[in-house]
Amino acid sequence: MLVRVKVNGESREADVWPGTSLLSMLRDHLGLVGSKNACEQGECGSCSLWLDGELVCACLVLAAQAGGRDVRTVESLAPGDRLHPVQDAFVEAGAVQCGFCTPGLIVAAADLLQRDPTPGDETIREALAGNLCRCTGYQKIIDAVKIAAQRMHP
Amino acid sequence: MDVLLPRTLEEALEMKAAAPAALPIAGGTDVMVELNFDRRRPSALLDISRLPELGMWRKQDGTCFLGAGVTYSRIVNHLTMFPALVQASRTVGSPQIRNRGTVGGNLGTASPAGDALPVLAAYDAEVVLVNAGGRRTLPWHQFMVGPKKTVIGPDELILGAQWKIVRGPGSFSKVGTRNAMVIAVASLCLLLDEENRTVRVALGSVGPTILRAVDAEQFLARALQEAGAWDDARTPVPPAAVEEFAGRVGQAARPIDDVRGSAAYRRHACAVLARRALSWALNDRKLTGTR
Repeated sequence: MLVRVKVNGESREADVWPGTSLLSMLRDHLGLVGSKNACEQGECGSCSLWLDGELVCACLVLAAQAGGRDVRTVESLAPGDRLHPVQDAFVEAGAVQCGFCTPGLIVAAADLLQRDPTPGDETIREALAGNLCRCTGYQKIIDAVKIAAQRMHP
Repeated sequence: MDVLLPRTLEEALEMKAAAPAALPIAGGTDVMVELNFDRRRPSALLDISRLPELGMWRKQDGTCFLGAGVTYSRIVNHLTMFPALVQASRTVGSPQIRNRGTVGGNLGTASPAGDALPVLAAYDAEVVLVNAGGRRTLPWHQFMVGPKKTVIGPDELILGAQWKIVRGPGSFSKVGTRNAMVIAVASLCLLLDEENRTVRVALGSVGPTILRAVDAEQFLARALQEAGAWDDARTPVPPAAVEEFAGRVGQAARPIDDVRGSAAYRRHACAVLARRALSWALNDRKLTGTR
């Protein structure tokens, strides 16, 4: 079936099998591989993106359900040469090791900072609870969110 | 496989009547997992995420109606007058899951571990079902009849749940391996109904359906009466009565051994949750009573 979605401000369409997830449509049909495919059951958060402004796991959205809606992926955060402040902070804090979980965590962290510009430790932990990282032990990720918060709202 | 994309409830019910095997999908947090893992291949999916009738809630004449399509995030942010429901909603999955998952999904999936279900059971909620011919309401215990088993008809959709609003403290708590992304090993909702001087205790994840601990409820209501605690919130409840209540809640469980926990652990967890929930409720009463 033909699904038309607005992705990062651009109207895109793809001819997909009706049971296809939004994640698979983005990665396999539209070439947007920033959202990672890992657990396919909403456990790991690696495919986090915004659907009509809400943070969701793209693997749990049926592509057809996103038809006509507004999708923003990690690729939208740094459209030019300059990184988003959250991305900069991840680099600076050493919050990236293998990097697989990073796009999902960046999106979830950016989502948190939109809603709460000065989150405390507990708020950060709860907001990122749906994103798994098997390398860092999380502390540097939490450091990165705090650095980004300071930069964005000095 | 087809995807049916109705814009209104009327359209959705016509489609469901014409294609009874169509599987409703709202937030997708259960259905998409089954599709992604090739566990289920329904002949059609019925997208009910855009139906305005399912996405609303209202309070009217002492009753609350909660549409099946209301997400857990919206409950946490907007239904703050129902603390137990908010607490349960906040334990669902992660922010990403709560932004998509709905109460209707908990009802439709009918897992004994569905976090919202013990709260609906303690609220004595009714489930509102609808088909092209009209609506019917069922008490929660007649709706869910076994693990992942409901009496929903092939031409029906879940419109929502409704309950009489009860005045009194209440809470939801659950036991699991971490705070987020966890399927309950045991969960409990306790409510005190100040008006009728009754107690309600519902248990999740410790039986084939959600269980009410009726014997424990009646015991505690009597114990509070005998202690004079219904009249004066500052009156202490005898520790022996609290222990007896917790033990009876544990006895109401009908747990099994599975990957998440043993039956004995679950029974014990129910008693612990009961004792804690009661102490929170009694504290809340003291605070509101002396305000």
